[in-house]
This record gives sequence, structure tokens and C-alpha cells, in this order.
Amino acid sequence: MDRESAWARVRRNWPVRIGGAVLAALALTALAAPWLGTVDPTLFDPGSRDLVPGRLGEITTLDGEIIKHTFWFGSDSFGRDIYSRVLYGARVSLAVGLLAALLALAFGIVCGLCAGYLRWLDGMVMRFMDGLMAIPAILIAIALVAMWRGSLATVVVAIAIPEIPRVTRLVRSLVLSIREEPYVEAAVALGTPTRKIMFGHILPNTVAPLVVQGTYICASAILVEAILSFLGVGLPPDIPTWGNIMAEGRPQFNLYPHNIFIPGAFLAVTVLAVNILGDGLRDTLDPKMAKRV
Amino acid sequence: MSILEVRGLTIALPPGGDRRHAATQVSFSVDRGEIVCLVGESGSGKSVIAQAVMGLLPGALPVAAGEILLEGEDIARAGGPRLRELRATRMSMIFQEPMTALNPVMTCGGQIDEVLREHTRLSPEARRARILGIVREVALPEPERIVASYPHQLSGGQRQRIMIAMALVLEPALLIADEPTTALDVTTQAQILKLIQDLQKRHGTGVLFITHDFGVVAEVAHRVAVLRLGELVELGDRDAVLKRPRHDYTRMLIGAVPTLQPHGRSAEGASEPLLRTVGLGKTYQARGWFGRGREVRAAEDVSIEVRRGQTLGIVGESGSGKSTVARCIIRLIDPTAGEIRLHGTDIAGMSASALRPLRRRVQIVFQDPYRSLNPRRTVLEAVIEGPLNYGVPRGKAIERARQLMALVRMDPGSMSRYPHQFSGGQRQRICIARALAQEPELLIADEAVSALDVSVQAQVLELLEDIRTRLNLAMLFITHDLRVAAQICDHVAVMSRGRVVEYGPAAEVFGAPRHAYTRALFEAAPGRHFAFGAA
Repeated sequence: MDRESAWARVRRNWPVRIGGAVLAALALTALAAPWLGTVDPTLFDPGSRDLVPGRLGEITTLDGEIIKHTFWFGSDSFGRDIYSRVLYGARVSLAVGLLAALLALAFGIVCGLCAGYLRWLDGMVMRFMDGLMAIPAILIAIALVAMWRGSLATVVVAIAIPEIPRVTRLVRSLVLSIREEPYVEAAVALGTPTRKIMFGHILPNTVAPLVVQGTYICASAILVEAILSFLGVGLPPDIPTWGNIMAEGRPQFNLYPHNIFIPGAFLAVTVLAVNILGDGLRDTLDPKMAKRV
Repeated sequence: MSILEVRGLTIALPPGGDRRHAATQVSFSVDRGEIVCLVGESGSGKSVIAQAVMGLLPGALPVAAGEILLEGEDIARAGGPRLRELRATRMSMIFQEPMTALNPVMTCGGQIDEVLREHTRLSPEARRARILGIVREVALPEPERIVASYPHQLSGGQRQRIMIAMALVLEPALLIADEPTTALDVTTQAQILKLIQDLQKRHGTGVLFITHDFGVVAEVAHRVAVLRLGELVELGDRDAVLKRPRHDYTRMLIGAVPTLQPHGRSAEGASEPLLRTVGLGKTYQARGWFGRGREVRAAEDVSIEVRRGQTLGIVGESGSGKSTVARCIIRLIDPTAGEIRLHGTDIAGMSASALRPLRRRVQIVFQDPYRSLNPRRTVLEAVIEGPLNYGVPRGKAIERARQLMALVRMDPGSMSRYPHQFSGGQRQRICIARALAQEPELLIADEAVSALDVSVQAQVLELLEDIRTRLNLAMLFITHDLRVAAQICDHVAVMSRGRVVEYGPAAEVFGAPRHAYTRALFEAAPGRHFAFGAA
């Protein structure tokens, strides 16, 4: 595949542009949350409980000061501002998605490269991965959170672990086909050390499918984080995440559906954007899937 | 009347390509009982024309002008339903790769039956009789068993016979054969060519035969059409075109076809062999979980030697073990028996670390120029990789790479580019430069010119010969092509089923082959009795 034109193709691709733009907007919103008319997402005020979206109310700051505040997305049963919580929650979702994908890719690449190129390691690594795949992902997550209590790091690790075997399998299968390529054999004949062959010749040629796989992991990680929070086994309830907001909104869903619909819509749009981005990248980067004339 | 008449056929290419048309104003005809060969190098548009005749052109390549008359009916403008009626009944096609052209999950008989069910109203018994009849006609043994077999149970030659049976079962007026023997071994190729000729004579079928191989053209053609970049440059009787070519391009192509005569240069090699194998063998053992697995002897008891300044050719068909020997010698795979003596030192069982200093002395050039270079590394990085591995300073390695690029007749200024920006022949030159950067004593060329067009092949062969002489290299040249072997080798080892069956100076092996297999191999070489007249 052409190296320069691959990047040009990526930039011309509409799904990549749309998915990328939505994600960029979300990331900017999440980062700039303090300046977008939000209040501290942990603040509550008993006087402003269960407000419908757009209502004006009051909220007590940590200093005990009472300020006027418009609840654009309404408030929950503690009187917390959903708008602020959703915006701050985007930080958690995006961070979890990105970090879990990077972590799974990093471990998966190392394991897959070793299993694929150093054949004596293959059996051991792959049987371990088979074992890992046999444990339900949610169970691993619940066990880890129970052991280490909920924090961002725990949740990221808990989500990344079940993804590692899949990345390992993908990398291993790519390595198995690339190692038979004549250019790899030529490198062996040129006396190139094994380490350089693995990281210099083989790894760069696995990047395109891995980037694509990374986006899918990212999307699923964002969903799983929301599920864990919703089940109450993710981040502690005082940290705003989309899952937590929905979990707190669940008992009063009949009366105040916005508590679930608004974070749910953000979640759906984010996952959709990541998946669209991934599809676009797959069409442009992955030569096997590329549409040819 | 002509069965097929192509008039002023122009096929457009998508915009942004290197030329505007895949075929420009091409006109030719195929008569009843005639074989017309469409010859050209890769990219000449010969396959596109075949696809146009079958109505199989992809949407991106529309017929822009001209007509294709099949028995007087213009099929360039026929719709899908009409084309479906015509295919198999009035025209049919056989393809290059018989494995992928057959459905692997249907029996061979079932696939022929499909044609009959689609186009006739014969009863099942009549269809079965017809299938067995055509299978017998393409000279397949035990028709009943073959009809019930799946494609993977047959050999490549047998699969191609099934394809031919399928194509001819409804006695079409026109048969299009798109490189039908290119994927086959030379002895199988000879049989298939004979079969196509026999059937064509018996049924009076007109054949449009597409090939890049002038040996095949000489063997089968009545008339020849030469294509170049989508334009028809010469059209005429076989003898006229092959013996008295008028167009410069045809002359160049025919001049580039290597002869079967050994070159006859005296190659005085050094007295001491640089490399000697003694009883070299490689056995693959498929180890199952339960019980003993299958044993495959890829190479057995191979004893050859190469001296500096000499070229040893290893000739054989696919599966003969010739590449296995090469890969053992360069230790890409570990031999299971015998010795490989480089300067007298046995390297067959050497550990990777002990082997490392010796690796640079033996280098290899592979067959496929499109896969031999890492697509993500520049040419410069590829050429200097070897020297850097052995501690040559970067500046010095780059300097040497420049000299080598000039040596392989490439522009040293193009080294910062990526492999995809070069043609197949240029890439093969880069691979040669990469191998030479290690200053090897032995250069292995594993089918190094087999994937190249004949004109490029001639240039690369000449380059290899020149380099061997200039650098006093020993060369091990692996090929399935007897013509190429005759061109370049001083000694020849003929391999069959993992063993060397004949080994000696090229002039002797080519002049008076002793072993029956060698004789069969020569007998099968297409066009061997034909004197190409490029004079």
C-alpha cells in the first residue's frame, strides 16, 4: 500500500472526518468543562431536587454560598446539576476508552509478537490467552474492583484485560503471515538480529489493522465502563460518569426520564462516532478490506 | 465467416491512471478452427480484452468504442441476460489458476452438471452421459471417480482439464484461454497445450489464446496479435510474426526470448569449491497429537558444489525441492541430514550465533519483487540494513549503497523513495543491490527472474551475469525455466522429487541429457523446435 497516499486517503474519507470531528468536539467539551457554565459536579442542593431541564434553581457551593444556576439538563434526586455531571463524565468515558485501548494494544502487541515469531513461546502464551478468554469479562472486572476498590486505574485495567487475548490473536495471526514474507527472510539472511526483525520489520506492517482494532476496543471500553458504573461496580458514585448518572436516575425513570436519556444519548453518540471512525479507518488502511476499482 | 470479430475496440481506464485506455482501437478476428494468440507483457491489456469478449469487464472499465461481434452479434452492447445465454453455449473461458476457478465445495461432476442444467433441458441420465463423455474426451483417467472428486483431490493439470471440460461441454464456437498453462509445470503444460489443440481441431472451435510466453505461441498459434500498452502493434501468421517480425517492439520481445542452447562461454571456476553440500537432506515431519505424523522428504541426498566465478543452476518443476536446497544453504531452514561446507567449514548444524559472521558470505534474491522489500522502508534503508548489522558506520554504508545502485544501473538519487514507486524489474535490481551490499561470495537467485516480463527478464539476467563476472561471485541459480538456465548456467543440476537426477556441465546436460526425466523436461519445453527469427 502506498505510504503517503494512505494518509491522504484517510483524510479524504468521510466517515473518518465525521467520526473524528464528533470525537474532537466531545474531547474539547470535556476538557473545557469548567468554562462552559458548569458548577462542581459534586455540589447538591436539597432545594433543587428533580428539576426538569432548563429550569432556574439554586445551588450551594462548598463555601456555603448559594448561587443561582440554570439546570440545562435538569437535576437528580440529590439536587445535583446533570449538565455539569454529564460534561465531567465525558472526561471519564473518553479517558477510559483511550487508556483501555492503549493498554490492551500494548500488552497484546508484545504477547502476539512473541507468540507469532518466537514459536517456542507460542503454546504457552496462547493457552494462557485461551484461559483468559474463558472468563466472562464482567466477572473479571467485578473481581478486580472488589479486590482493589474502584478507581480509574482499576477500571481501565479491568476493562483492558479481557481485550488482551483478542489483540494477541490478531497480532499473532498477522505476524504468522508477515514472517513468511520474503522481505523478512531477506532480513534474516542479512544477519538482522531477531529483536530488530520483530520490531523493525514485522511490527510496522501490523499497524494498520491494529489501529482499526484499537478503535473497536475503545468503543467497547466506553460501553463496558458505563455498564460497570451502572451496576455499581465501577467508579465510586461520587465521581460523575455516564453510567453513574444513569444508575442514580434509574429509580425515578418514570418521572424524570432525562436523568437516563441525556447521559445515554451522549454515550450512544460517542460510541457511534468511535465506530464510524473505525470503519473509515478500516476502509482506508486495511488493504484486505479496501474497496478497489 | 469469422466466429469472433473485434473492431476498433477501445476500453477506458478510470481517470488518474498512467494511460487513458486499457485497450485502444484494437481490431482482430478469430476464424473457425483457428487459434489466435494474444501476446503481450504485463499491462498490455490482453486480459482486459478477453474479459471484454466474455462480457466480464468490471464496471470501472467500460467499452468506450468499437464492437465485438460473436458470430455476427454485437456483444459489447448485449445485456446481462443475453450474455448469460451466450456464455458456455457460444463462448466460454478457461482461466490461469485452476484451483481458484473451481468451487472447492462442489464435486467436479457437479460443476460440469451446473452448466448443463442451466443451459439445456436434458434428463439427469442424459446429462450424466454427457459429463462422462466430455471427461473422457479431456483424457482424464477413471471418469467415474474424477466426476465424484472434489477439486482438491486432483492435481493442477487434472483441474485444468476439468475447466476445459466445463468450457467445452456445450461445444461453444469460441474458447477463450487466459494464460491457461502459466500456473502449471512444464511437462503438464505440454500435455494441456496438446489437449487444447486436439479438441480445437476435432470440434472446429475458434480459440483466443492469451499468453506472455513466446514458446507457447510458437507451439499453438495459427495467427498472432502482439499488444503493447493496449495497442495492437502487429498481427499476422505465426511464422511471419515470429520469424520476420516487422515492428520494433515485436523484434525486441522475440530477441529477448532466451534460447534453449547453452551459452557456450567457458567458465573457468576457481579450483577449490566455495560451497559444497554432501548428502544434504530436509525431511518435514508433521507431528500429530496422536501417533506418528506424515513424513515429507523435501530434499534428499543432494550433493552439489559451486566455485567462484561459476553459476550452478538447479532446475526442476514445482515440488522438486530446488527451493528447499537453496533455503537450507542460506540456513533459512535447518537441514535434517548432510553437510553444507562453506570454505570447508560445515555450517549445516551451526548455532545461530556461530553462523552470524558467516551469514554475509551467502546472500539471496527472491522470486517475487513485490514482496521482497519491506513496503514501509525506503530503498536506502533496505540496502544499508545488512552493513549496519555488521557494524559498518552509517556514512560509509550510504556511500557504498550509492555505488551499488549505480552498479545495478539505478539512479542513486532515487534511494529515498519507497519500494512501491518502482517497477518489478527495478525492485529486483534493488534486491540485488541489497544482497551485494554484504559483499557476498555466493549469491543465490531463487527464481529471481521468473516473475518478470521477458524483456525485463533479459536485462536482469544480463545484469546478474555481469555482476558475477565483475565481482568473481559464485552463483546458485534456481529456476524452473530451461531457457533461462541455458542462458546463464555453467553447470546444471536437475532435480525431481527431492533428488538430483542429473548433474553436470550445462553443455553436456543440455546437449545430451542422460536421465529420462531430463529428456522429458526438454521435450516438454514449449517451442523448442521453433527457430525464432529475430535476425
